[in-house]
Amino acid sequence: VFWVIPLFQSAYYSFTRYTVLSAPRWIGLQNYVKLVTDDRLLGTSVFNTLYYTAFSLPLGLLIAFVLALLLNTRIRGMTVFRSVLYLPSVIPMVATAALWTFLLTPRIGLVNIMLSVVGLNPPNWLTEPEWAKPALILMNLWTAGGSMVVYLAGLQGIPESLYESAQIDGANWIQQLFKITIPMMTPTIFYNLIMGLISSMQVFSTAYIMTSGGPLNATYFYMLKLYQHAFFDYRMGYASAMAWLLFVVVLGLTILVFKTSDRWVFYATGE
Amino acid sequence: MMRRMYVGRTGRRRIGRLVAFVVLIGMSALFSAPFLFMVVSSLKSRAQLYGGGPIWIPNPIVWRNYVDAFLFLPFDIFFRNTMIVCLLTVLGTLISSSMVAYAFARIRFPGRDILFVVLVSKMMMPWAVRIIPVFLMWKRFGLTNTLVPLFAPYWLGGALYVFLLRQFFRGIPEELSDAARIDGCSEIGIWLRIIMPLSGPALSVVGIFSFLEEWNDFIRPLIYVNETEKFTLALGLRMFMQMQGGNWSHLMAAAVSMSLPAILLFAFTQRYMVQGVTLTGVKG
Repeated sequence: VFWVIPLFQSAYYSFTRYTVLSAPRWIGLQNYVKLVTDDRLLGTSVFNTLYYTAFSLPLGLLIAFVLALLLNTRIRGMTVFRSVLYLPSVIPMVATAALWTFLLTPRIGLVNIMLSVVGLNPPNWLTEPEWAKPALILMNLWTAGGSMVVYLAGLQGIPESLYESAQIDGANWIQQLFKITIPMMTPTIFYNLIMGLISSMQVFSTAYIMTSGGPLNATYFYMLKLYQHAFFDYRMGYASAMAWLLFVVVLGLTILVFKTSDRWVFYATGE
Repeated sequence: MMRRMYVGRTGRRRIGRLVAFVVLIGMSALFSAPFLFMVVSSLKSRAQLYGGGPIWIPNPIVWRNYVDAFLFLPFDIFFRNTMIVCLLTVLGTLISSSMVAYAFARIRFPGRDILFVVLVSKMMMPWAVRIIPVFLMWKRFGLTNTLVPLFAPYWLGGALYVFLLRQFFRGIPEELSDAARIDGCSEIGIWLRIIMPLSGPALSVVGIFSFLEEWNDFIRPLIYVNETEKFTLALGLRMFMQMQGGNWSHLMAAAVSMSLPAILLFAFTQRYMVQGVTLTGVKG
């Protein structure tokens, strides 16, 4: 109940003009219409958010999966590797943002030092519009350890007997990977995909702290825009409409993934 | 490791393992480099920071950076605020989530499954959908710009934790509670005397997770708190960044200090934490 009431309130606000100072006034669909047809920055923020999601989500899932596969080879020091790779996910977001702002600083930051060492001419990441989004994506990949641990748990749940019989049949590791590991892992991949989708569509803190949406709106994400309307301009109605639009889009994408999941997610029967 | 490699399946597997080992060392170096650089830089003098090239051993070691960073802003107050919020959050989460989870796991009541679906779908909802009405509610109560909105919601149960604990409670044999019921124990009594004592590991996971979540939280303090005296560490660090942006060694000192408790907690409890991620991630 405590959870559902705000939901209805928020839905109601999205049809009102509400500046906090005066009571909400019903204006029908005006917020939504204005949002879609008459808000120049909406397109920018949507583009930025989709761009960010399109790169950071698949790359993050892939890196986490590869790391989990490597960890699952029963090698020495597995727990040490796991801790080291997971550690970035434990560090507070603000500290991560501070750290990466430093790492990405020209000349003295580690990223650029390393790039110069190999002879590249590194960009001025956070102040060049075309490099700011890749910078945030790169930083996000550093925290792939979270999904990695989930993958690892999934990998450890795959029955050993499957691999044994595959080996008897003479399957090499590539065949085993594509015929056993990946099919058995699809539910876990699916879970990480949905969770990753939801969180990267809502990317906020890092951009807010590191670039404030700049340079030239290059990291002006959907949530930054929403935050600005709600907590700077106090246009609660308009911000609520934005929130619901996002919810509908995220829900739509999630349903889309669910729908296609019949085709690629393999559920072991009889468990 | 230098044993003779013989051709065949075992040999090939050993080579594979060696490759995995080498790649993992490379990846670990790559993943830990930023962190090490943070620690190293926090101890560097200004001259060394701008020295050019990666310097991995600060010389001299400038501990003073930490002192200077702490003196620049009232980090003791930020720390106290954060601890208050974190501890009250953990306490609230443990009590409420476990009660709600117990109700979902054991007690049959109409609409239970629908309610559970609602609770789980909370995880998928953008935070912005709820934050506006909830913010306005706290504003109406006159409690914005206090620490109350930061911990109070957790006394109503967090979705993820309810979910996690429910999974765990379901594994506790029903016969135990039945026996208690026959002996005339109430549901609250069963929860308190039977379920809770048996759930040490699961409750630790929830406690650790909710502590870290609150410790690391940035968005909610940002929205609710605007007076410096009520800042949490996350807001304090951001303020430091805005005021002392180019003063990297001090900033890194502050960032290390804020990360350290989280890292220590992780180091001492990682067995539980990995278990927790496993529970939430896979059994879903």
